[in-house]
Amino acid sequence: MARIEKIKIENLTKKFGELVVLDGVSINVCEGENLVVFGRSGTGKSVLLKCVIGLLKPDEGRIFIDGKDVTKLKTKELNKIRKKTGFLFQGAALYDSMTVRENLEFPLRRNFNFTEGEIKEKTLRALDLVGLGEAIDKMPSELSGGMRKRIGLARSIITEPEIMFYDEPTTGLDPLTAKEISSLIRDLQNQFQMTSIVVTHDLICANIIADRAIFLVDGKIKFRGTIEELKASDDIFLRNFFSQEIITA
Amino acid sequence: MELPKLIFKKNLDFPERLFNFFATVTGLTIFSFRFLRQVFVPPYDIAEIKKHMVELGVKTFPIVSVTGFIIGLVLALQSQPVFARFGASDYLPGTVALSVVRELGPVITALIFAGRVSSGIGAELGSMRVTEQIDAMEVSAVNPFKYLVVTRIIATTMILPLLTVYVIFLAILGGYIGVIISQGMSFEYYKNSVINAIQLKDLLPGVIKTFVFGYLVGLVGAYKGFTAEGGTEGVGKASTTAVVLSSLLILLFDTVLVKITLWIWPG
Repeated sequence: MARIEKIKIENLTKKFGELVVLDGVSINVCEGENLVVFGRSGTGKSVLLKCVIGLLKPDEGRIFIDGKDVTKLKTKELNKIRKKTGFLFQGAALYDSMTVRENLEFPLRRNFNFTEGEIKEKTLRALDLVGLGEAIDKMPSELSGGMRKRIGLARSIITEPEIMFYDEPTTGLDPLTAKEISSLIRDLQNQFQMTSIVVTHDLICANIIADRAIFLVDGKIKFRGTIEELKASDDIFLRNFFSQEIITA
Repeated sequence: MELPKLIFKKNLDFPERLFNFFATVTGLTIFSFRFLRQVFVPPYDIAEIKKHMVELGVKTFPIVSVTGFIIGLVLALQSQPVFARFGASDYLPGTVALSVVRELGPVITALIFAGRVSSGIGAELGSMRVTEQIDAMEVSAVNPFKYLVVTRIIATTMILPLLTVYVIFLAILGGYIGVIISQGMSFEYYKNSVINAIQLKDLLPGVIKTFVFGYLVGLVGAYKGFTAEGGTEGVGKASTTAVVLSSLLILLFDTVLVKITLWIWPG
């Protein structure tokens, strides 16, 4: 049976002034698939995610989520799509004036009509999934980097999204915590059958999460395939990149 | 409508400064229209507005209390010898009260409020912007403008008139202490002189214009914070420029509002 195409990006181009960050990028992601986007810093990986979710307007190209072109949608329609998605930011982007509980409850209270009991149940469940039930009344400033990422993840999945976007989920974490977060992401995706795009330059993270990968160089896709194919590539640039990654890891 | 992008770099030349000036004026106008368009649209976030009002009130309460009292006290002390020279000491309470009610109370409270609150809002929203918290709100289908900006502007607009009335009261009290120190006068006489001197046409314009000042403080702080760029340096810049700009706008609008007031209530 053919898999349903969940995200389709056609010829995406994004410039900042004279600088072309994304140059005609085309990607398809099927339902339940995890696509990892590799690339060096500043090659437009995060810009790609921000264009897909509508935080940035592309200069050219079209982006379809569930068949709807998000580049042409009005805010109201775009928000309907956003309610079906989750986004884990590089620095977790927890609301620092709110406790962990309030952070998690925020999207539920603003976008859905859940009862107090349901909100409480969902909050506790999300915290339980990331293994941080005890942090419920803490402020974000009291959490470590790894804990912040976990809480950010809990906040993103609390609405049980169909699609997840991860922006450098393991950056700034030690290798063990990075591995734990990557495994957690994989487990959650298996559990909720989410479709995802993961932006990273961490090979360990990609090894655990990816079904498929692309490699961006100067805003263009240089490679697409599985992680094994990527690692086995004869391309000197890719070999250099991954040998550095392995040494660093 | 998109907000115009400011030029962020060190050592701006004159054309770039001019560009930033016009971009800021345009940005504030667009921001103002956005506020007016969204303020009547639900959800109304009453709890959030109340929370901000309490926070802002508590934050500025000590400084405006001290300032209010001292304005009245110093005004009375400074004016007394001049009034005595012209044999007009009996007019001192009324003059102190009128100065405080019509001009000094509203403007000084607004300027202190701008220094304390506009920078605070600028820094808070600026730090939310550079740490992607505003983006996080947007991608979770929450309107950050409505939740962060509209609530704060309403709070500043509502709380400043209350603070101003309180400052006016304290300044008149301070004026009484000044009169006692300098020439001696019964409280009863002072009170009656003040009540006889102040009419509704003095009190009303003074208080009404503080709604405008409160709006400006919230608007400028929120605009500077919401559009902050460039990491922690950008947050600092948002905070300081918010104070400068809101103070300037308060003085500018005060001039216009005084002219309008005198046109409506001459004399």
